[in-house]
Amino acid sequence: MLENYYPLLVILSIAVFLGFLVVALGVLFGPRRPTARKGAPYESGMVPYGEGRRRISVRYYLIAVLFILFDIEIVFFLPWAVVLRQLGVEGLIGMFLFVGVLLVGFVYVWKKGALEWE
Amino acid sequence: MNSDLLTILLPTLALTGWALLLLLVDLWIPREHKGITAVLAAAGLAAALGLTLSQGRLPAMTDSTVMVISDGYALFLDVLFLASGLAGVALAHEYLKRANIANGEYYALLLFSVAGMMLMAHAYNLILIFLALELLSIPLYILSGINRPRLESEESALKYFLLGAFSSGFVLYGTALIYGATARTDLPGIFAALQSAPVNPVIFILGAVLLLVGLAYKVSAVPFHMWTPDVYEGAPTPVTGFMAVAVKAAGFAVLGRILMAAFPTVGKDLTPILWALAALTMLVGNLAAITQKSIKRMLAYSSIAHAGYLLMALVPFSNRLVNSDVQASLLFYLVAYALTGLGAWAVVTALEKQNGDGLKLEDYAGLGKSHPWLALAMTVFMLSFTGIPLTLGFWGKFYLFRTAIEGGFTLLAVIGVVTSLISAYYYLRVLMYMYMRAGSPSVERAPWLQVTAVAAALAVVLISFIPNVLLNLAGNSLLLLP
Repeated sequence: MLENYYPLLVILSIAVFLGFLVVALGVLFGPRRPTARKGAPYESGMVPYGEGRRRISVRYYLIAVLFILFDIEIVFFLPWAVVLRQLGVEGLIGMFLFVGVLLVGFVYVWKKGALEWE
Repeated sequence: MNSDLLTILLPTLALTGWALLLLLVDLWIPREHKGITAVLAAAGLAAALGLTLSQGRLPAMTDSTVMVISDGYALFLDVLFLASGLAGVALAHEYLKRANIANGEYYALLLFSVAGMMLMAHAYNLILIFLALELLSIPLYILSGINRPRLESEESALKYFLLGAFSSGFVLYGTALIYGATARTDLPGIFAALQSAPVNPVIFILGAVLLLVGLAYKVSAVPFHMWTPDVYEGAPTPVTGFMAVAVKAAGFAVLGRILMAAFPTVGKDLTPILWALAALTMLVGNLAAITQKSIKRMLAYSSIAHAGYLLMALVPFSNRLVNSDVQASLLFYLVAYALTGLGAWAVVTALEKQNGDGLKLEDYAGLGKSHPWLALAMTVFMLSFTGIPLTLGFWGKFYLFRTAIEGGFTLLAVIGVVTSLISAYYYLRVLMYMYMRAGSPSVERAPWLQVTAVAAALAVVLISFIPNVLLNLAGNSLLLLP
């Protein structure tokens, strides 16, 4: 059982070793001239201002939830499409029902105005 | 196509489809006319009830994938759930208008929840049981928060959601461990695996206990009851009534099915746990109810206490000799509790004010003079909760205690009787307020609530004269045993 995973263990240890090796080489042989700017968390980014925690409009969460809804639809669609031939008509009907249920939710959200930004 | 599956689930599927349609149709119904949605929802429930009854007693069978089952047990519970759903519509319509939350979503969500309960009654596989549990719970998380601007309602929804998600986790973990031990998730498969294959007892019992814990959360058995008073108090009163009755019934339905269909051979491991749960639930529920000032909290603790009585019926589940009595007394008590509970919650809903006042015991003072019919109905419910003769609650408790004694758990029955006596204190206190204190309670004009209350009270009294009919009905609604 577990010995099947032996190659994975080898890859994992090589990956960890290589990671350490590259960083160690940089530390050992690279020149080092630190400045305040270089020490900042995001060296090439914008200068940070204000607090990290800000209030975010609740609408983003709504969009996020809707995104997850349709994202999951894709998760179901992909394996379904692969085995559609074996599933036959039954599979086709099943998926139509599934999409129908999602569609009801979509119409509901639309009519409720959740997709309007203002 | 797996046609048995469709046949067995036809009423459930029809109800789900109707709920989806209702969700859409409601979008075009103006806010002043949400009564149309209520009527449509009631029509859907009634149609599903008609479909269930017309299917009658399908031969007890499972579909070819052993996902669902149809037997008398499921049929009996289907009828109970659909009737509770109808009561849920009757309780809500006027309340929603009064509280200014006349949303059509209430009805669609209620229908989804009832569909989940029906699926729960038919589920014969731990995976499907989990799905049914979610389908039943998720609409209720939303419903308990439907009174949104009110903080208590939001608090209730959040608490219910967190604890519900927690308990779902327990159920899933238990399912995983049971699958790990037996390599099966279908209940007859688990039963067969326990008898033939070598099963790792530690993993299996751990899984079974986790499953029990998850379901104990759902039926609010002590010590997993902490969420109940807060959630029940904060949720809109009709939702609370529906939760206290139907959700509890669904929880016990599936608990009974799992215990009797899959676990009868591990009775000696699980019975002590159930015994302790039942005893604790009866004691804590009844003792805590005594100190409550709000009638909603009092009824919440009373529903915990009644979960204890119902658990008592399940304690001798592994004893094949009393098996039919266990089922009959469980189903009988569920009906008695549903009628009494829905009626009592209807009265509470009728007295609640728009701003959420009118829920204290003092608000019931003088009800006997000003609204004799409502007070009489409430009297019947309180007596039935206590278990006084001439009410259905008496027979319910009588059969429960008899089952416990037949199963050899006399001490448990004694605890049941003693706690019933204790409970008389706080139930009869309501009567004292209604008849012996002066006051001028204001009752909302709500014909449907009063119809529900009076009809439930009549049923509680009238059926108590012919308990055998109901008991035979419950006793003939046999659970298919593997």
